[in-house]
Amino acid sequence: MTAEHRIRFLLNGQSRETAAASTTLLDFIRETERLTGTKEGCAEGDCGACTVVVTRVVNGEPVLEAVNACITLMGQVDGRAVTTVEGLLGPGRAAHPVQRLLAETDGTQCGFCTPGFVMSLHAFAQSGEAVTVENVHEALAGNLCRCTGYRPIVDTALGLAGPAREDATASPLGGLADSDVNVPGWHAPRTLADLLQLRAERPAAVLVAGATDLGLGPSRDRAPIVDAIDVTRVPELNDITETSTAIEIGAAVTYARALPHLDRLYPTLGTYLRRLGSRQIRNSGTIGGNLGTASPIGDSAPFLLALDAEIELASRAGSRHVAIADFFTGYRKTALKPDDVITTIRLPKLVDGDLFRCDKVSKRYDQDISNVAGTFRLRIEDGRVVEARLAYGGMAATPKRAMAAEACLVGGPFDAAAVDAAVAALPGDLAPIDDMRSTAAYRMAVAGNLLRRFLIAGPAPAGLEAMP
Amino acid sequence: MSAATLSPRHGAVSSSVRHDSALKHTTGEAIYLDDQAGPPGMLHAALVTSPVAHGRLKGIDAAAALAMPGVVAMITAADIPGVNDVAPVGKDEPALATDKVEYLGHPVAIVVAATRDRAVHAAEAVRLNIEELPPVLTIEAALANESVVWPVMEMKRGDWAAAIAGAPQRLTGQVKVGGQEHFYLEGQIALAIPGEDGDMRLVASTQHPTEVQHIVSRLLGLPYNAVTTEVRRLGGGFGGKESQASLVAGLAALAARKTAKPVKLRLDRATDMRVTGKRHDFLARYEVGFDDEGRIRGLDILLASRAGWSADHSPPVMTRALCHIDNAYYLPATRARGFCCKTNTQSNTAFRGFGGPQGAAAIEAVVEHIARHLGRDPLAVRQLNYYGDGGRDVTPYGQRVFDNLLPRVTQEMLASSDWTARRAAIDAFNASSPVVKRGLGFMPLKFGVSFNLPTLNQGGALVHIYADGSIRLNHGGTEMGQGLHTKVAQVVADVFKVDLDRIKITATTTAEVPNTSATAASTGSDLNGMAAFAAANTIKERLIGFAAAHFGAALDQVVFQDNQVRAGNHVLDFGELAHLAWFHRISLSATGFYRTPDISWDPQSMTGEPFYYFSYGAAVAEVAIDTLTGEHKVLRADLLQDCGRSLNPAIDLGQIEGAFVQGMGWVTCEELWWDAQGRLRTDGPSTYKIPGSRDVPPIFNVRILENSPNPRPTIYRSKAIGEPPLLLAIAVWSALRDAVASLGDHRVPVSLDAPATPERVLFACEDMKRRAALR
Repeated sequence: MTAEHRIRFLLNGQSRETAAASTTLLDFIRETERLTGTKEGCAEGDCGACTVVVTRVVNGEPVLEAVNACITLMGQVDGRAVTTVEGLLGPGRAAHPVQRLLAETDGTQCGFCTPGFVMSLHAFAQSGEAVTVENVHEALAGNLCRCTGYRPIVDTALGLAGPAREDATASPLGGLADSDVNVPGWHAPRTLADLLQLRAERPAAVLVAGATDLGLGPSRDRAPIVDAIDVTRVPELNDITETSTAIEIGAAVTYARALPHLDRLYPTLGTYLRRLGSRQIRNSGTIGGNLGTASPIGDSAPFLLALDAEIELASRAGSRHVAIADFFTGYRKTALKPDDVITTIRLPKLVDGDLFRCDKVSKRYDQDISNVAGTFRLRIEDGRVVEARLAYGGMAATPKRAMAAEACLVGGPFDAAAVDAAVAALPGDLAPIDDMRSTAAYRMAVAGNLLRRFLIAGPAPAGLEAMP
Repeated sequence: MSAATLSPRHGAVSSSVRHDSALKHTTGEAIYLDDQAGPPGMLHAALVTSPVAHGRLKGIDAAAALAMPGVVAMITAADIPGVNDVAPVGKDEPALATDKVEYLGHPVAIVVAATRDRAVHAAEAVRLNIEELPPVLTIEAALANESVVWPVMEMKRGDWAAAIAGAPQRLTGQVKVGGQEHFYLEGQIALAIPGEDGDMRLVASTQHPTEVQHIVSRLLGLPYNAVTTEVRRLGGGFGGKESQASLVAGLAALAARKTAKPVKLRLDRATDMRVTGKRHDFLARYEVGFDDEGRIRGLDILLASRAGWSADHSPPVMTRALCHIDNAYYLPATRARGFCCKTNTQSNTAFRGFGGPQGAAAIEAVVEHIARHLGRDPLAVRQLNYYGDGGRDVTPYGQRVFDNLLPRVTQEMLASSDWTARRAAIDAFNASSPVVKRGLGFMPLKFGVSFNLPTLNQGGALVHIYADGSIRLNHGGTEMGQGLHTKVAQVVADVFKVDLDRIKITATTTAEVPNTSATAASTGSDLNGMAAFAAANTIKERLIGFAAAHFGAALDQVVFQDNQVRAGNHVLDFGELAHLAWFHRISLSATGFYRTPDISWDPQSMTGEPFYYFSYGAAVAEVAIDTLTGEHKVLRADLLQDCGRSLNPAIDLGQIEGAFVQGMGWVTCEELWWDAQGRLRTDGPSTYKIPGSRDVPPIFNVRILENSPNPRPTIYRSKAIGEPPLLLAIAVWSALRDAVASLGDHRVPVSLDAPATPERVLFACEDMKRRAALR
């Protein structure tokens, strides 16, 4: 782990090398390469104007994913192929079909958001997924347009009929493998042992997974990350394993990879996760990273709390399991010790008869931080609730279970009277605040009403269409 | 003479020509200011801004910042060679704070360094010594202190007090509508390049190149002819790059003057949102008298806007709000007063609609209040109060509504939206749905077109034809996505009957067309289209005269058609004629000028005929709300918009859809939030939520009103389109109020301010349930 290994990657099919690991991909593209098609709109991963496509090989197959270049760090693209809006042009600078179609549909006005939309549309077309209105909105949720009102852009996406997969950008990784990156300020260990060793040696280093939060430093705040350990190249942290009673998700598994598994196992969780960030964010962000930042409004904590998930932590001293309820110890504080690494999150499966529902309320349906997020799980035997988990985000300094309210539900049938009692108990469990997202009074009202919705709707998808 | 076969012209007026840059947008080849390679030696600037909302500035300590490697200079108010004022209307807005800071974000100094990162870090290292003063942060607090940036305005007609007192029914009420961040995707940016003789050239993302020229001249103490502004395209403007862009360009110019180097100033998103002004939020308090059917007899309304710390465009925004307090309705006796409240927040500014949306929203709330008070259908009360015949056709400011299309657009909209059947279906749905309620809303639209101030209604253009027949077009309007350059090029192509691609669209510059107005107030194509039309026709007349003489034909036998010119029996390509005319020493360059006729405005009495014509429209929106959380969704929207005889239906459709969705954001999810210290906490897209693709109504029927040429002789009888359709989104607010009203059987007035966030909708529902239970 001593020799320097620079970051090697492909940019629009051409080989590039750099040692500037914590430079943002957007700065590299615009400033170093002078490819100015990719724009900076917000530098915080929310507007999508900087969207590029990153290709990596998973199980021998190229996977194309849209990411926000502004909060992607160069260390993260090692061994990958980056395609920008210029990279889509054909011989003689001929426009790519997506570029042509979007122009012909009058899908541009000021044009500043357009390259980002083009790249999201390109990734969508290459994904091979069904071209449905629902999928289109999901694919575009990470791109903001202020001019067009989106209709022509959505029409363009709907016109990308059928899987139009192509090879031109899908297989340019030839010969390029991710290296054991080791440059000043950035280490990317390849084994768990190396990771734990580095963690112990560099207690001040930050652990980087998707960088969807950490990337704000170099991007928005122009503050480079001085010492980073990239955890995403450790195989154990990328595993998803399933047993008859649980699913274990490696800490570096992206939301995008975990989503189909969680969608299958837990009703409403897929819908909920598709509202977490955007595709660009979910293609980078990880559950492990979300836990590590310990945000009180982190959207993964409520469902982990409701499921009694366990977190596996590892250090050179060995590994141990911490119950999720014991993991959050205070505002942005966790049970992680300085030499600990989150390795795996273990989620028990539901058993027959369990009622389970994830819900969130925000100002905007897509890609918005929750005012209130709630996940509820009830185990019911012989018509009586024997176990209740009511877990909330945005309602206290940490994600939190409402234990007094839970107690109100246990022992009797799940009915309106029990819910009324639980709602009445919530103010004793939770202490929300006023902020720019909403008032404490609203949060408390919604926390109770989400329980009422749980009673009425059961595990139906969130959303107005599904409501009685 | 060739006799090429005639082929249909590409890009005729009234055809749906694509935006000239569309393919460049999608390929990434369209160049924005930050994409340009900077001139050699270019430096970067960053702003030092006030960390408090109000205070006395005692000192600036830049020692640490200036000691950082790569830092070149710091500029403060003391370095300004000219007048330290960037106010577009008043004289109250120093570019850099002198002895006091008046909002959190107030620019105090500029730091210049070799790189942008270094400038940003050095700016953070500058220490400000400020003695804090208590801030005034809200409209209510400013009203209580009589704190205003401008004398109170008053628009009066008739004896409003007697009309209200004598009316069979009276109501008082209050409604608030929120502000709005422009959220142009390209942030504010300017590049200042010093030249010889102290000249300064500005490349800027501005809607108002001439104002940039004037402000830079004022700051640097230069005559206007020493300053040039240039802009090829903006990555969105929406009013936010009118006066606000002048500030940014002015600061860049100060830095360039001090360092004698080109300087680029680009604001990051959070700085942009903290420093620059937004749409004004408004508070309206009213007393209205009406008859038992809901016909308004008299209205006394107070509009109070949050102007922020300086006047900026607050007075004209208030003027337009007062001129739209009638919207579609005849108000027989009226007093409407306007308070531009001074607060220690960003100085609010132009934003698409410019007060019109706020004024119209207020009267729509009044009309709905009347309807629910009487237990009548709001639509019926709306129609009862429409402008009409028999003397009911004069606005409170004295202009006759001469071109009323309200009955027509209403009738067409009710039919195309299937209003009656859906009204019944929604009522039936609500009767059987305990949690989710649906609502149906209607919005009629009358929007006055022209700048209120007659002086601003002028446009200029410059057209060259080169000796090969290629044409270069320049005019005073800026291209910010609205397709103005395409429309104006269509006009020129139509004059010469040539293909659109023969015309080169060029960057707007004060060097080619001087003394221009902002591209604002929806007037871009009205003013610049007419000016370009005049310029092109000047050259065309020369060509006709030349061709007639040269070929021995009568003047009326010279005909331009399909890229060719026929002179008597001679037919030649347009390019051949251009070459021939050059050879025979005919001038092929001309300026064009246009001023809107027949408009007047007296700001003292607030009367006149400020609008050359009105634009009309109507919208129906259907929403669903969840009464447990206040979450809501627009299920369907039907829009009908008057474009006159559209210059370009595809571009106009884009304006209508985009404006509606932007307006939807204004009335639903876009919320500005300041903390108790006056810090704007919604300062990026993670906290300030503009609509996304899913928020667009899944059923979205948008139509341009057919067979509706402008009765005024505007350019090809078209109408302005930029702003009016934004107001159609008030239908969404109306629908949300209707859904809430269903909880009180539509007989209890709804209290729902905008933006109608889930929180406001939930609390409106709970309030409605309580009040309905009391009845």
